[in-house]
Amino acid sequence: MCSGGGDGYLLEGVRRLGSVTIFLGRLLVQCVPALGRPALLLNQIYNAGARSLIIIMLSGLFVGMVLGLQGYDLLQRFGSEEALGTAAALGLLRELAPVITALLFAGRAGTALTSEIGLMRATDQLTAMEIMAVDPLRYVAAPRFLGGVIAMPLLTAIFSVVGLYGAQLVGVQLMGVDKGVFWSQTQGSVDMHDVNEGIVKSVVFGIACSLIAVYEGYNATPTAEGVGLATTRTVVASSVMTLLLDYVLTAEFL
Amino acid sequence: MRANRTLEIGTGLFVLLGFAALLFLTTQLPASGLKLGGAKAGYYVTAAFDNIGDLKVGSPVTISGVRVGEVSGIRFDSRDYKAIVTMRIDPQYNQIPEDSYASIQTQGLLGGKYIGLSPGGLDSYLKDGSRIDQTQSAIVLESLINKFFANYSISKSGGADASADNQGKTEPKK
Repeated sequence: MCSGGGDGYLLEGVRRLGSVTIFLGRLLVQCVPALGRPALLLNQIYNAGARSLIIIMLSGLFVGMVLGLQGYDLLQRFGSEEALGTAAALGLLRELAPVITALLFAGRAGTALTSEIGLMRATDQLTAMEIMAVDPLRYVAAPRFLGGVIAMPLLTAIFSVVGLYGAQLVGVQLMGVDKGVFWSQTQGSVDMHDVNEGIVKSVVFGIACSLIAVYEGYNATPTAEGVGLATTRTVVASSVMTLLLDYVLTAEFL
Repeated sequence: MRANRTLEIGTGLFVLLGFAALLFLTTQLPASGLKLGGAKAGYYVTAAFDNIGDLKVGSPVTISGVRVGEVSGIRFDSRDYKAIVTMRIDPQYNQIPEDSYASIQTQGLLGGKYIGLSPGGLDSYLKDGSRIDQTQSAIVLESLINKFFANYSISKSGGADASADNQGKTEPKK
């Protein structure tokens, strides 16, 4: 398990990558039986999704409002502040909503997942389950993973809509862009492709962030310090992974 | 049991909100999607244009720069080869002379198009189903520049004349 010698960092990185991949495979196998226990799944959708609702909506509102202000200031220099709706909608749908939701999710739900599972590990609850021939992957890890994967696209969609109305609030009510123009320009320039891009991104981010959170918790060193370290690693790895995947997916979609 | 109930309500609310947002994004946002929401009050008038530029459904209709309504429909008349624009005028503006003049104008340099109505002098007013006969098409900037340079290259003095002539093109419709 531990890395040895001088070139340890590289080897450790490769080992972790392999370990995560194997973990994902084992997790996916357990996802099917986990679907057969909707009560556990419901609990996790509530934890990951419903309890992130306030922070997501608040962030979405302010991101949209800032987009309205900045977009208006930039566009009115070119005398085309009517394009504000287009700028805000495309910016939100394609980039801001999936990425910021994923970052918030990593901070809000990912850390909770990691510390919860890590603490279960530290207090030998997972070992106890194994002794009783109950697979902790099936009853602990898989529902949490699935809950995150289901919650993320929904959170992203909510973020987009709230953000759009935030941009409308600033653009139309505050800055005086015509409401009809705002929406007609938006509808004229957004097509299904843009909406799909956001949805695909959010699903991918959901898988990545939930996987990292569950993996880090499951493989945390069973000490107080180890759980703390695992939580930190979850945030860092999820954030970096989100931004990295975002670039790949954007290049794919454009 | 109580805690379970809150959990279920919370999750239900979240999933409901999420799917409502998804539905909004997929059906309402792209122009190709279907439109919900009932028709707003007002009366409808039509006008035929040779060229509407990038006028869209939802673009404003103004008189003297004041918004009085919006474009509610655009279709193509394959008999006359004209674009038929339907406008919804807010009900309080019910004293617009029948011989008013509709022109398609641009907001700013690169902005969207809108319809400007110039009131005429008749005592009879536009009502639901009326048709505005006097229209002026959108000015397509490129063709304007093309015309200008074509004329400019022929005679340098004639350039300004020709572009002014092009701009004032109107089509009285009978």
